[in-house]
Amino acid sequence: MIRAILIFNNHGKPRLSKFYEHYTEDTEQQIIRETFHLVSKRDENVCNFLEGGMLIGGSDYKLIYRHYATLYFVFCVDSSESELGILDLIQVFVETLDKCFENVCELDLIFHVDKVHNILAEMVMGGMVLETNMNEIIMQVDAQNKMEKSEAGIAGAPARAVSAVKNMNLPEMPRNINIGDISIKVPNLPSFK
Amino acid sequence: MSDVVEKTLTALPSLLLSVDSQPGSAKLSTSSKLGSLIRNITELTSKHEEEKLIQRELSSIKDQVSSPNTTMRQMKELMVRAIYCEMLGYDSSFTYIHAIKLAQQGSVLEKRVGYLAVSLFLNEHHELLLLLVNTVLKDLQSTNLIEVCMALTVVSQIFPKDMIPAILPLVEEKLNHPKEIIRRKAVLALYKFHLIAPNQVQHIHNKFRKALCDKDPGVMGASLHIYLHLIQENPEGYKDLTTSFVTILKQVVGGKLPMDFNYHSVPAPWIQIQLLQILSLLGKNDPGTSEIMHEILEESLRRAEMNHNITYAILYECVKCIYTIHPKSDLLEKAAKCIGNFVLSSKINLKYLGLKALTYVVQQDPKLALQHQMTIIECLEHPDLIIKREFSQLLMLLHVLMIFPINNNTYAPDNEWFIQTMNAVFSLGGETMQPDITNSFLKLLSEGFDSVEEDRKLKVFAVNSYVSLLEGEPEKLPQRFLQVISWVLGEFSHLQQDVGAETVVCLLDKLLHMKNSTSETKTWVLMAMTKVCEGAACAPLVQSVCETYSSSLDTVLRQRAQELQHLSRDPALRARVLPPVCTREPLEVPVDSSLSFLDEFVSEALAAGAAPYKPSHQRQEELAQTKGVSTVCLMFVCLMLFLTRADVCVSQLSSSLKLEGVKRVWGRGGYEAAQVETPSPPQEGGDPSISHTPPLTSEDTESKQQEQQLASSMFLGLDHSSVTLVTHTHTHTHTHTHTHTHTHTRTRTREYGTMWLSFSNDTKQNLTLVHSENEGPLRATLNVLTEDLHLHVVEIIGMEAIVACRLLQDQPCLMHCRVHGDALAVWLRSPVPELPDCLIYHCQRALQGH
Repeated sequence: MIRAILIFNNHGKPRLSKFYEHYTEDTEQQIIRETFHLVSKRDENVCNFLEGGMLIGGSDYKLIYRHYATLYFVFCVDSSESELGILDLIQVFVETLDKCFENVCELDLIFHVDKVHNILAEMVMGGMVLETNMNEIIMQVDAQNKMEKSEAGIAGAPARAVSAVKNMNLPEMPRNINIGDISIKVPNLPSFK
Repeated sequence: MSDVVEKTLTALPSLLLSVDSQPGSAKLSTSSKLGSLIRNITELTSKHEEEKLIQRELSSIKDQVSSPNTTMRQMKELMVRAIYCEMLGYDSSFTYIHAIKLAQQGSVLEKRVGYLAVSLFLNEHHELLLLLVNTVLKDLQSTNLIEVCMALTVVSQIFPKDMIPAILPLVEEKLNHPKEIIRRKAVLALYKFHLIAPNQVQHIHNKFRKALCDKDPGVMGASLHIYLHLIQENPEGYKDLTTSFVTILKQVVGGKLPMDFNYHSVPAPWIQIQLLQILSLLGKNDPGTSEIMHEILEESLRRAEMNHNITYAILYECVKCIYTIHPKSDLLEKAAKCIGNFVLSSKINLKYLGLKALTYVVQQDPKLALQHQMTIIECLEHPDLIIKREFSQLLMLLHVLMIFPINNNTYAPDNEWFIQTMNAVFSLGGETMQPDITNSFLKLLSEGFDSVEEDRKLKVFAVNSYVSLLEGEPEKLPQRFLQVISWVLGEFSHLQQDVGAETVVCLLDKLLHMKNSTSETKTWVLMAMTKVCEGAACAPLVQSVCETYSSSLDTVLRQRAQELQHLSRDPALRARVLPPVCTREPLEVPVDSSLSFLDEFVSEALAAGAAPYKPSHQRQEELAQTKGVSTVCLMFVCLMLFLTRADVCVSQLSSSLKLEGVKRVWGRGGYEAAQVETPSPPQEGGDPSISHTPPLTSEDTESKQQEQQLASSMFLGLDHSSVTLVTHTHTHTHTHTHTHTHTHTRTRTREYGTMWLSFSNDTKQNLTLVHSENEGPLRATLNVLTEDLHLHVVEIIGMEAIVACRLLQDQPCLMHCRVHGDALAVWLRSPVPELPDCLIYHCQRALQGH
């Protein structure tokens, strides 16, 4: 079972945190900090698995993570989950985000935290993997977005704003998370530096 | 990062202005508030400033949410901001109620944010969650599929356990929904219910089977979550499904699923992984079941060509499965080859998994690990700490396993490899290593081989390797390793003639002078010195060491220094006290396991008023007692159950009563009075609310009085009256046997059902069946239970029966029995947490007697 899904940036700022088990507010923050601490120390050329930190359950738990440019995607799972399976699930998640936001970047995650949660909810439900097919996930999300467009009208403006910003020429800005060569290897892709 | 955001945000206003002319600009200004919040946060330099800013933000949110003019749409935006604050770790609990309101009243879009906020903010114990139940109920019945989906998602994330019965029928209904996505979500929601309240969904196990056979593979896949869990708990119960799982896997592997389920042209990999996990659980220790899956496992191995990450995931599960189920040699061979590929892979993740698989496999096949010994040694140098740790764990395991081959002499790994490996393990494992690994290593070394020559070689090699380590940079070695080295040198350095005693003492002395040596290590060193110091050459050095440490602040060190001093001066005494290890007789210390030599001490202590010894289970029971009054009632019932057995003698009872120590707990104000005034017979049938309080017969009144007496003496002042108490209790139980049956029958099957659902504490257990000539096993077993424990059988339906009993008033326990193979599967539920376990224990005892 998946216990928690965390996204934070290279500085440890949380961008998304979803816990499938109850922890106190303080513990959640500690888990995020501890996880960041564990994950950020690791080089690019080491494996993507870590034995769990102390807070989220000790030896029965493992952290499976991927690092894309400015963001870390970390899944905290128990021993019944397949490491490689989860690793590809993260890939599916990021690819889906990329499709939904058209070249996803950290900003999208900040401004549309609710949408990211909704995408995630189509993929993982109550800690169980619900759907692994990207097209299927996008279809579900789209169905909801259609409704949103018809309902929202002007509320869609921030989305347009962000996408406009994205298309402006900002050299230092990581344009997207860069999911890289998806078909061959797992390693983290050192892309935007 | 902050740069980027800042740029973006400075760009934002102009963009926003461009749409400002459109209607609804008021809303726009609110949506930009998240932007300005984020901008402000990224500009901050200290945590303190952030805190101030967020607090300001929160108070502005607070003002707005409570304002009556805030529209639902604004509310939605406020919620997103609150979510952001919560994610950063700031409490925004004042918004929780508004989140619920939003889920309740908002349009679909707003509702979605409301539900999201609720599932992020609340936990299943939160009282506000009750307010959500109606909304969920309504949405589950909605004709809008998106609303149904949202409701299912939220119930699988958080839902109050007690309210599950309210929505259960609706969720169950969704299992027949025409839309696949709804069925799938319903399955997962039910699984969640099963996890948090297994007893609530007991009756729909058949529906899980239906989900497994669903025409949509996605629904089937979702039901695998449930089966994986159920089979983990009880593999025996699902053996009949093995063929189904094998068939499903065959279809998946054979590419029979729609193309949509392919991931990088691998058919439904996640489903394959789960199926393999399920199969390995089913096939474990079961040759028959394993037989069924051999073919498909072979096929899976063959089909999973090594081309994508996800096929490795399948292969890994496959290998694990092959090694878990009943072994088949040619499959094992293939799996071993596969592990080899993992271990030798240049991809670090695969290497890690290969190693994990090896750790798993060496227990059955140590030779496999030896094939890869070079890789293993290389990995010890690997820059990745995780890999290093995994490998050193593997080595430790290997070492434990090697004890057997060494003793049998069937397979002797060479000494050098062994010692080197262990050196590597100790250097790396360091302080984190388990002490028992050190101990077993030392034991292994001192016991050595059967052959004297081999044995000597091993030890000499160890001594040589340690001398050279100490000559190198001993300060880099972990303390535990230094302790091992000291011990080995102390015991065996005399075997190596080339290294003189003075050299060894010198080296050991070096350890004493190292800054980071702990006093524990120093103790080991001094002991080693005591064993080694021989001849005049070491005398001056030993003398100075003794002088330094005889005045040490550490008493143990001082003691060792004194020993060293005396023994080094008196070789004859030393030879007697510390004979060389090879001349020592094997240790055969006579042990008196009954500890009878302590009898005198114990009786003296008891006479002086000490408490008698309590075995650990009893102590635990007493510990549990302090948890609450219900336990005390439980003890009371245990006692009653105990008493109803004819063989209880007075002395046993009085001693057990003394041990209970219930008085302390019952001294708490209020409770004792209430309970003592209205104690009720312990095995008197079902819940009072159902049995409508039986009319009191004279017998009842009599027994009631006796019970009051019993209770009051038990709870209020037991010490002087334990013997009288026993007589009372005996009469009570005898007279009472006549009365209890008629009250029992009042528990009807229908009421039973209601009660069953309302009880939350449960236990499941298999009991042995009693076989009798003139009755079926179920009836015979129940007869024993009713006779011995005065349980009340409510109804027997075929191979199932429902039984009730009651401890005190308001403390019933219900039992559901089903004949399952050779066992009686019982399931007990009660509002009293400890009661089911207690009753199970008594049932087991009663059945053992027959």
